[in-house]
Amino acid sequence: MIYSFVGYYSLILGLVIGLSLFYFSYQNFNNSNKLDIKIISFTFLQLFFVVISFLCLIFSFVVSDFSNETVFNNSHTTKPLFYKISGTWGNHEGSLLLWLLVLTLFIFLFLIKTKNQPVKYKILTLFFQQIIIVGFFLFLIKTSNPFSYIFPTPTEGQGLNPILQDPALAIHPPILYLGYVGSSIIFSSVLSATSLKIISMSWASHIKKWILISWIFLTLGILLGSIWAYYELGWGGFWFWDPVENVSLMPWLALTTLLHCILVLEKKSYLTSWVIILSIATFTLSMCGTFLVRSGILNSVHTFANDPERGLFILIFLFILIFLSIFIFFFFHNDDDKKSYSFFWLSKETSILINNWFMMYFLSVVLIGTVYPIFLDVISSQKISVGPPFYHKLIIPFLIPFLLMMAIGPKLKWIKSKLEDKIYLISFLIISIILAFLVLKNFNQNFLINTILISSALYLFFITLRDFFVKKYKNISQNIAHFGFSLLILSILFNNLFSSEVITNLKVGETFENSKTKIIFESVDQKKEQNYNAIIANFFISNSNGEEDRFSPELRIYNQPVIATSEADIKTTLMSDKFIVINLVQNQDFFNVRYQVKPFMLWIWLSVILISVGGIISFLQKRL
Amino acid sequence: MKNKVLPFSIIIIFGIIFFIFYKSLKDSKIYTPDVNKRKDIPKFNTKEFFSGENMESSSIFELDKIYLLNIWSSWCVPCRQEHSFLMNLNKDNKVIIIGMNYKDNLKSGKNFLKELGNPYKEIFIDSEGTIAIDWGAYGVPESFLIYNNEIIKKYIGPLNQQSIDEINLLIK
Repeated sequence: MIYSFVGYYSLILGLVIGLSLFYFSYQNFNNSNKLDIKIISFTFLQLFFVVISFLCLIFSFVVSDFSNETVFNNSHTTKPLFYKISGTWGNHEGSLLLWLLVLTLFIFLFLIKTKNQPVKYKILTLFFQQIIIVGFFLFLIKTSNPFSYIFPTPTEGQGLNPILQDPALAIHPPILYLGYVGSSIIFSSVLSATSLKIISMSWASHIKKWILISWIFLTLGILLGSIWAYYELGWGGFWFWDPVENVSLMPWLALTTLLHCILVLEKKSYLTSWVIILSIATFTLSMCGTFLVRSGILNSVHTFANDPERGLFILIFLFILIFLSIFIFFFFHNDDDKKSYSFFWLSKETSILINNWFMMYFLSVVLIGTVYPIFLDVISSQKISVGPPFYHKLIIPFLIPFLLMMAIGPKLKWIKSKLEDKIYLISFLIISIILAFLVLKNFNQNFLINTILISSALYLFFITLRDFFVKKYKNISQNIAHFGFSLLILSILFNNLFSSEVITNLKVGETFENSKTKIIFESVDQKKEQNYNAIIANFFISNSNGEEDRFSPELRIYNQPVIATSEADIKTTLMSDKFIVINLVQNQDFFNVRYQVKPFMLWIWLSVILISVGGIISFLQKRL
Repeated sequence: MKNKVLPFSIIIIFGIIFFIFYKSLKDSKIYTPDVNKRKDIPKFNTKEFFSGENMESSSIFELDKIYLLNIWSSWCVPCRQEHSFLMNLNKDNKVIIIGMNYKDNLKSGKNFLKELGNPYKEIFIDSEGTIAIDWGAYGVPESFLIYNNEIIKKYIGPLNQQSIDEINLLIK
């Protein structure tokens, strides 16, 4: 009770501070050349109240205070403590409170960390950020109050959705939100810098750090979500092109492009329009993602309880921000600088620009695939679903030039460069093609496209690998990230091409056998845990190479709420994953068994970690 | 301002997007799959098993006739078990049996039929398993009883005497 009370009024106080900050920033903007100390302390106070409110919600979950509606709907006394805490953000209200926490945290850090930038710029950034913050305060208090009372107090809660009871997922939302919501500071800052016309090289190197932070967290957040989907959803895949996954991929694509543009801007002060539009796009796409997920327009594992009022609020708020940014962009930004925009064709900036266009292409494919079904439904009431083939067919062919540009681009110099003494560039290409050919020799499906695809990925792999030994520490972060990307594409390709799958229905005691695999369904056990009962199936699987393994996939029946889930059993080794999952077949004594051997699974995770390590190194590097 | 067209067109585009999102908020998108509900059979394009010729689903299933669609594969052990039931069912000539050859090697598929007999009036191939997804199949074997282009009943796992009796009862 007391926690809900304190939490709720902390939110109100935070909102009041937000409103008062509009006034202070207006006053400070007109009258002073120094940042008013009141602004910093009030921003801190706002953060403080949001933290208090957040802690109150966590405590309500920990002590299972069911007079709080959010706790009642999403927790249960039998939950382990870890999942009680993670339940705090495993629901609509709590996750929005987390949004707010990140929003206020970032603006506070921004104010105290930003030096050497005009005071007016800082104040204006605060102003724009406060628009977002106040919007979310209103949204939270009006439509999704995490501290609503229920009376009479229920004795027991509804429980947390079992598929959310997973360690990877417990930390997935906070990490992802740091990335998502972190992009708000880029948005505010770019609007303020555009209005004040101070977009310059020094601004670029200042904002680059913030872009990197968002980018690192977004990358890791997506990775965690993907790992969770692989282990928990039991489909044996790591990316399903589910609308909600796409919604997190779109800001990532925009942010990655932005990161490359900001590098050009930092060095050459080109591409200012790109930077502005991409900064706006990144945050708008994050918001749009929130809208799509929370309004219930999309149906997916991430959709929480739906309420059209919430959807409407975010929609209006989102479009206010969009129109505000369009206005600022066209009103304040005039791009007809005197500088000539003609790049020499063979230069670093050209190659970055080319890959930017590719990224924009990938982004539009994902965007269209995600929202087109909604549009079609409204316009013609037809229901379609866009699946992996759409994305694969449209994206994969364009990866080839994209990978090649990634390999060659960093070799080029700014402004103008020549390809001298670059015999190794060509010889590496030949080696890659030969290698790819050898690997795929016995593979007859889509031979040509796969060979070309693998050669270009191998090419990037070799070029970046070579650079680790040649260019010592010159641009290690970029090299690691690009190396990681080549590894990612290679792992995904090999994973797709060389996985094998057996789907069959078996009874206890039966054996399945084909030329490569022998699956013996030995026995079934039962297990009781605090929050679920499980049926454990024991399998003995041997393959033609003489490898033998025992697997025990589970079917879990969670008690609060009663939901059955399939828990895959996965044996991970360096080179491949063996994955088995069972399902109950309705009204039959058969189990549906799905056994997969997936090569290079581990490398997909490792390469994404490598990509973010590239970002982390770049973030830690001191500019000379 | 010299160029007013661009900002205005962008604003109009976003206005339209807003409107569409707004409209789609109005109707609920909650979709619950229901296994037992009668539903129309999906439409698909495929290839004929023996000749490799392209064929459409509409040419396979006609209205007013009863079909049993059986998903099978030569590598699937339970398919072997149920095959004799399918052969017997075919003798009675009450139901037209259609085969969907699932993720199979064509050669071993043909050997399978040579060895055990061919109860199917027509067989089409689903080499990537995508058509089976449209049908809502979990795996092989699985059978669908179809009448008037509607799925009447779905059998997961191999058919046995009990399910054959039920089919005979249903098609009377």
